Amino acid sequence: MKILIAGGGKVGSELTAKLSAEGHEITLIDSSADVLESVMENFDIIAVQGNAASMEVLEEAGVRDADLLIAATDADEVNLLSCLTGHGMNPDLHTIGRIRNHEYRHQAYEMREVFGLNMAINPEREAAVEISRLLKYPGFLNIETFANGIVEIVSLKIDSSSPLNNISLKKLNSIIHCQVLVCAVQREGQCLIPDGNFVLKANDIIYVTASTNNLSTLLKNLGIITRKVKHVLIAGGGRISYYLARELEATGLNVSIIEQDADRCEELASLLPNATIVIGDASSQEFLDREGVEKYDAMVNLTGLDELNIVMALYARARNVPQVVTKLSHAEHNKILETLPIGSVVSPKELSCNTIVRYVRAMQNSAGAARSVHMIANGQGEAIEFMVTENDLHIGEPLRTLKIRKDVLIASISHGIRTEIASGNSSYDVGDIIVLVSNGKDAIRNLNDIFTD
Amino acid sequence: MNYKMIMKILAPLLAIEAGFMLPGMFIAIAQHQSHVVHAYLQSLIVIGIAAGLLWFFSRDARKGFYAREGLVTTGVAWIVLSVLGCLPFYFSGAIPRYIDALFEMVSGFTTTGSSILNNVEAMPDGLLYWRSFSHWLGGMGVLVFLMAIVPLSGKNEGFTLHILRAESPGPSVGKLVPRMKKTAMILYYIYIGLTVLDFVLLLLGGMPVFDAFCTAVGTAGTGGFGIKNDSMAGYSPYLQNVTTVFMFLFGVNFSCYYLLLLKRFKDVFRDTELRVYGGMIAASIIAISLNIRGLYPTIGETIRHAAFQVGTVMSTSGFATTDFDKWPEFSKAILLMLMLGGACAGSTGGGFKIARIVLLVKELRRSVHENLHPKEVRRIRMNGANVDEKVIRNLNGYLIAYVGIMVISYLVISLDGFSMQTNISAVFATFNNIGPGFDAVGPTCNFYAYSTLSKAVLIFNMLAGRLEIFPMLVLFSRSNWERR
Repeated sequence: MKILIAGGGKVGSELTAKLSAEGHEITLIDSSADVLESVMENFDIIAVQGNAASMEVLEEAGVRDADLLIAATDADEVNLLSCLTGHGMNPDLHTIGRIRNHEYRHQAYEMREVFGLNMAINPEREAAVEISRLLKYPGFLNIETFANGIVEIVSLKIDSSSPLNNISLKKLNSIIHCQVLVCAVQREGQCLIPDGNFVLKANDIIYVTASTNNLSTLLKNLGIITRKVKHVLIAGGGRISYYLARELEATGLNVSIIEQDADRCEELASLLPNATIVIGDASSQEFLDREGVEKYDAMVNLTGLDELNIVMALYARARNVPQVVTKLSHAEHNKILETLPIGSVVSPKELSCNTIVRYVRAMQNSAGAARSVHMIANGQGEAIEFMVTENDLHIGEPLRTLKIRKDVLIASISHGIRTEIASGNSSYDVGDIIVLVSNGKDAIRNLNDIFTD
Repeated sequence: MNYKMIMKILAPLLAIEAGFMLPGMFIAIAQHQSHVVHAYLQSLIVIGIAAGLLWFFSRDARKGFYAREGLVTTGVAWIVLSVLGCLPFYFSGAIPRYIDALFEMVSGFTTTGSSILNNVEAMPDGLLYWRSFSHWLGGMGVLVFLMAIVPLSGKNEGFTLHILRAESPGPSVGKLVPRMKKTAMILYYIYIGLTVLDFVLLLLGGMPVFDAFCTAVGTAGTGGFGIKNDSMAGYSPYLQNVTTVFMFLFGVNFSCYYLLLLKRFKDVFRDTELRVYGGMIAASIIAISLNIRGLYPTIGETIRHAAFQVGTVMSTSGFATTDFDKWPEFSKAILLMLMLGGACAGSTGGGFKIARIVLLVKELRRSVHENLHPKEVRRIRMNGANVDEKVIRNLNGYLIAYVGIMVISYLVISLDGFSMQTNISAVFATFNNIGPGFDAVGPTCNFYAYSTLSKAVLIFNMLAGRLEIFPMLVLFSRSNWERR
């Protein structure tokens, strides 16, 4: 597909990388020649310099025969205008705009037809939703939901004291006394698809699927505390903090926010009447002690500095805060950070990129193959959801008789509301929803792509 | 420096070269010239071994590839292709000395058209094919061809841009479409299309098939190797005129043709470079026709010769229909000036490029203006768009390198004791990839008499001229080879 990306910032360049790798023709628009030059160095794309909201620039970028415009510049207004102009010039164009300011939230949704907007992306809000989901299921690093929320893939880190350390997957179920399936393992920055003889090691991050009941059994049997989170401490009072506080308050949690800037505190206090807003420097350990950080059930580090967030997370861990979530804006560092006990990591950039990539794949699969695609293991692997159709092969045959690509694993099969964790005896029928995990480079566009015959 | 990745690109490049040599061998087989067939077989074996070794040692290449590697790959690739490509000439004994064979090959690949052969017609057809076809390969660039057919993948997939920039002529090279492979394919489709059209028009004029093929590929690459001793003089006026038109066409920026395909006619006609190119052609033809009137029996013939010679020099081809060395001084001066100018950026021609001249004139105007109005801020614009100051800065560097190389080369080849006119025009003709010069290297003469040292200098000039200096210069820069 021909895709225009406006803005070569964090999200813009990450999207360029992902979409270009998937074989799309990318035209990047940015006002800075230096940004364009550095992105051109790295990717096989074409660049246009200028204001992405201007008709001439869009014309030059070839909007008239493009399929999708992704407006991800710094300014919401430019993004909206860019989508509006692009849509006016080419009515068949799909548009995705990044709208971060919460004041525009409603109009970006309710007036999306006026703006010609197919999807509005708010990275901060997505991050907030993700964090609140993590807080609801403490103990897991990440949770992805599939099949309208009935299937979940959770990620879990194995440390050296874990009972799972040095255990082969065949023996797994006898140790944790419940039925779970490890569908991917992230080890030393690589995503591996395991088989029964795979032996787990310390520092592996495993991606597990199981029914909701079995997931809590898993946590209990692994000795991971599942205390319900009631009091949350948020360090930093930015946009994510605001969205997160709103989200958490709606489910009845108590929220405290530490913010350095007095004016912002005033603003937050008026926006969030139920939250406790504290002026102070969250990077000062003395200050955190005074605020009683050890009494909180969870600490979320959302300041603008990755380094500071990491240091605070380490301190919270040292203070035995049970659940720690850390925001990182430069997720590239992830491979090193895996070795640090900083809890769950959330990257707003990654989240919004994944959402957009999912949208693009859905556009490409307008025939209705993949229902959704989720990135796992720092984007090294992906979990894909398919609805089985009449055209798919091997309907009704048990999985153990099928020849499936080595880099693919079927995780679960949902028949209506009943979900089955895939085993050798499982089979699927038309209308079932299949979730599969892959670490392959070859894109899986429909279910038949996974068979080797 | 990622040597292994460079080797990994060189291996398929040699395979391509070997592939295009095969027709030459088939021609030799058909004509029962066993010494030529043997020469080809030996060359293919050497190239095959070289490609195999390169491939073998580069299997585990790291994937990092940046601007530096792009420049070095291009420079090294052209040298390697020439060094191995000249083997058939040498092995067959058609050109007994290796340095002469290398000169002829580099002259072919760089689309120069300067020859060291005293008697072209004595050369077997199998070798003439390869000599002319090298123009076609070198015209659009072998690496661009490679990018069109093979997916070159690296960790940073944008690296192909560095190769395109290093190999394609012009001050600011860009892609036509987002994907490099597609850009390279579009360029080659246009190139092949125009070549075939030229070929067919020559056939319709009654030219023998082999002659038409060699002339068409030589014109397409703006090379100029003739397969007759008198170049194009013996062919009919129609064939000469067709060649004139196509020389002009191949001197035009290929992105103009792409815009024509997209039906964006207005952009093409407003293109500053194209207008200047057209203007210079018209003015030169008129001026020369007036100057040489009386030398030829009719006005038509006068204009035909004037147009052909302007075309051959301006597009940097190097064919000839008449001995322009015998023309009056004023006409020769015009041709010498045109040698410097060269063709359009993004064409298959050589020279300094019209686009650079236009930019330099604009910069000169700005400097004059800034002296008068020191506080005024002015941007240089071309085709309605601002030109990046970086391009202007590079241009100044380019100008210095361009003049510097010419001066030094002139100094070195003067050791051989030829006339000043001969030496200056020899440097001009090789560095700008034109072909023939004046006096002792004029259209009816050749470069055979120069010493080995001078030939080496001229070989460097041809390569530096074709690759626009920098890919060759970095090979001689110490900081490039230091381990860091």
